[in-house]
Amino acid sequence: MEGKILVEGLNLHYRDFHALKDVNIVVPPQKITALIGPSGCGKTTFLRVLNRLNDLIEGVRIEGKVLLDGQDIYSQDCDVVTLRKRVGMVFQRPNPFPMSVYDNVAYGPRIHGVRSKRKLDEIVEASLRGAALWEEVRDRLFRSALGLSGGQQQRLCIARLLAVEPEVVLMDEPTSALDPISTLKIEELLRDLKQKYTIIIVTHNMQQAARVSDVTAFFLNGELVEYGATDAIFTKPRDKRTEDYITGRFG
Amino acid sequence: MGRICDRAATALLWLAGAFIVALLVYFLGYIFIRGLPVLDLGFIFGLPRELGTGGGVGPQLFNSFYILALSLLFSLPVGVGAGIYLAEYARPSRLTRAIRLSTECLATVPSIVLGLFGMIVFVNLFGWGLCILAGAATLALLNLPVLVRVTEEALRAVPRSYREGSLALGATRWQTVRRVVIPAAAVGIVTGVTLVAGRALGEAAVLIFTAGMSVSRFFPDPNPFAAGETLAVHLWYVNAEALVPDAARIAAGSAALLVLVVLCFNLLVGLPGRLVQRRLTGK
Amino acid sequence: MTRVSKRDGYAKRQWFYDRFFRSLFVLSAAFVTLVVVAIIIFLARQGLSTFREVSPLVFHFSTRWAPPEHFGALTFIFGSVAVTGLAVLIGGPLGLAGAVFMAKLAPAWARSIMRPATDLFVGIPSVVYGWIGLSVFRPVIQEYAGGAGFGLFLAGIILAIMILPTVISVSEDALRALPLRFEMASYALGATRWQTIWRVLLPAALPGLVTAIILAMARAIGETMAVSMLIGNSPLFPRSLFVPTATLTTEIVLEMGNTPFGSTWNNALFYMAFILLVISLALIGIIRFVIQRRAVYGQDM
Repeated sequence: MEGKILVEGLNLHYRDFHALKDVNIVVPPQKITALIGPSGCGKTTFLRVLNRLNDLIEGVRIEGKVLLDGQDIYSQDCDVVTLRKRVGMVFQRPNPFPMSVYDNVAYGPRIHGVRSKRKLDEIVEASLRGAALWEEVRDRLFRSALGLSGGQQQRLCIARLLAVEPEVVLMDEPTSALDPISTLKIEELLRDLKQKYTIIIVTHNMQQAARVSDVTAFFLNGELVEYGATDAIFTKPRDKRTEDYITGRFG
Repeated sequence: MGRICDRAATALLWLAGAFIVALLVYFLGYIFIRGLPVLDLGFIFGLPRELGTGGGVGPQLFNSFYILALSLLFSLPVGVGAGIYLAEYARPSRLTRAIRLSTECLATVPSIVLGLFGMIVFVNLFGWGLCILAGAATLALLNLPVLVRVTEEALRAVPRSYREGSLALGATRWQTVRRVVIPAAAVGIVTGVTLVAGRALGEAAVLIFTAGMSVSRFFPDPNPFAAGETLAVHLWYVNAEALVPDAARIAAGSAALLVLVVLCFNLLVGLPGRLVQRRLTGK
Repeated sequence: MTRVSKRDGYAKRQWFYDRFFRSLFVLSAAFVTLVVVAIIIFLARQGLSTFREVSPLVFHFSTRWAPPEHFGALTFIFGSVAVTGLAVLIGGPLGLAGAVFMAKLAPAWARSIMRPATDLFVGIPSVVYGWIGLSVFRPVIQEYAGGAGFGLFLAGIILAIMILPTVISVSEDALRALPLRFEMASYALGATRWQTIWRVLLPAALPGLVTAIILAMARAIGETMAVSMLIGNSPLFPRSLFVPTATLTTEIVLEMGNTPFGSTWNNALFYMAFILLVISLALIGIIRFVIQRRAVYGQDM
């Protein structure tokens, strides 16, 4: 498979703790890749490597190559700001800013220089439609985003992300804090989104991974044990550890 | 035995609590009963008299606010800037520890000492003489550490998730601070600043040797180099050198006026602050 | 789509702003340090030049203050220490009791009264406290102890009231910060509430309580306005608590205006201010030491 993101020999140390051990993976474009594994196994840490959000943490050391479209994102001449435009992230707990719905979605374009009101209006509507939220908020665009329900807030965060026109969307357990109905809505959304974006989703819910993803990667104790087509992983895993996890023997 | 001790202790503790509150009520009551009757327009806005009865505190009141406003002009940018640095940019390092230590030290310097420092630097070294500007500059130094602390606390209260969300969208640190963090912390900062202002109005030791103990002949005089006795200093002065026969009246009135203004500042903060806070959390 | 390594004009400007504002904020923070250092240097320079003319031994240990011939400041040093000591002696236990009350005993309605009450105490300016001391307390003391009523006792009482809010709020925070399991363990063993407070909670909160007292001391020793209105302003060493005397702060305020800048007399006053500065900074050092010890010996006592 030709990779959108190519990771080679990735090792991450957090102070003395070896959090990610020699991870090698190829993430295919315009597909949904799910990262599964028990808690604390490094899935979220790995995700944060991809948009260099780990840079914010003291004491983190990274070795190895992470290539986006062939360029190493950890090289000296890579601009973090542009990187984060191309690789966006949705967090576990929805974190809309304490501003109006409109301002939340317009935030991204604004900080990247878009000033024209007409353009902003267009982008806001398009993004909200893309996140399947437009119909629900079109009459309360200028009220505070904090008044929305949890599921709506999470879709708002997705819309906010779409507004900066990323290529890759990283999602860190995006539905774990939501009710089942909102979860289903977002899973539906993901299926639409993958036509335009490459999606990598961390989930501790195996059924979700099986439902939604094309490729699944299994992490254990900082190691990427195996990855491949979702069907294959769930029916014929190559590694015993994967099989144990999937059949619920631990985790 | 233990039960008796317990009962006695409980009674004593209740007594302590009640005594403290009673003390406050008595003090405030005394201030207002003695002082409120004195407060008429002639007193609040009138000119003081060197000899003879009937003087007012207009110029002093004006100076109090003028000096306060000027001092905030000086200290707000620096104090808020330092607070932003400590909350958003600083990594644990020697520099950061030195800055924190300095802020603590500056906060503990007695106000009279600060006043003398202001005298050396602003009145003598800079040659401004005893004036409003010198008083404002020294008062700014007094307010600085508190402003730093207030800003830092307000900024730290903003949840980390906002910052992460902003940075993940590709914003720079400054954009994040300016567009997300500061607006979210604004209410806390404004509340803190208002409380600082309230306390600064009652300050006297810092101003005696920098703003002086006399007032300009014109009222109101916007010249920052004019003499700048404030209401608090005047209260002290009137008690120290009672030249006028109605010094007691002037003292009572000044005291009541001072406390009234400080109370207003506190009340002006509490209610609007809570209202805005409610609006921000999306009702 | 642009390469990750190319920045357009807008982004370049944003990076510039980012760097610019960061520098600005660092400068602001560094300014605070600059000010503190400047204060120490200036005051030391002015103050220490006293000793070109006066012997340090005489200055610190003689009670005869008769400038410009003789400079003995022991009276003032003693006055400052005594008035602070009195204030802490009276205000400390009262404030502590108030804090214990608020933290462990008071029902919600009582707390909702006491909280704003403590804030209001802080809001009253020190000159107003001095004025109340003059108008209300002095005549009473005059009745019962004779004389004019001025002196260490009057100043000490008012100062005690002034430090109450500091003692209460810091102590209350210290008590509230204690983990609940201490209390639970004590009650589970059958202790009464007072026994729990006295034997478990107060000792456990000791560093915080000590900090409260030291902060109160720092506040008291630097207090000028109220004390100068109540202490009587006489440079004589006090024979009792009810005769006029003076402290470092009151002497400075009294005489600074009358002495020419640069004269030995004036320098002596600056040196007294320097003493105050050193004491205040030393008190901070003590607080940090107390907190450090707590961290070293562990919170899990």
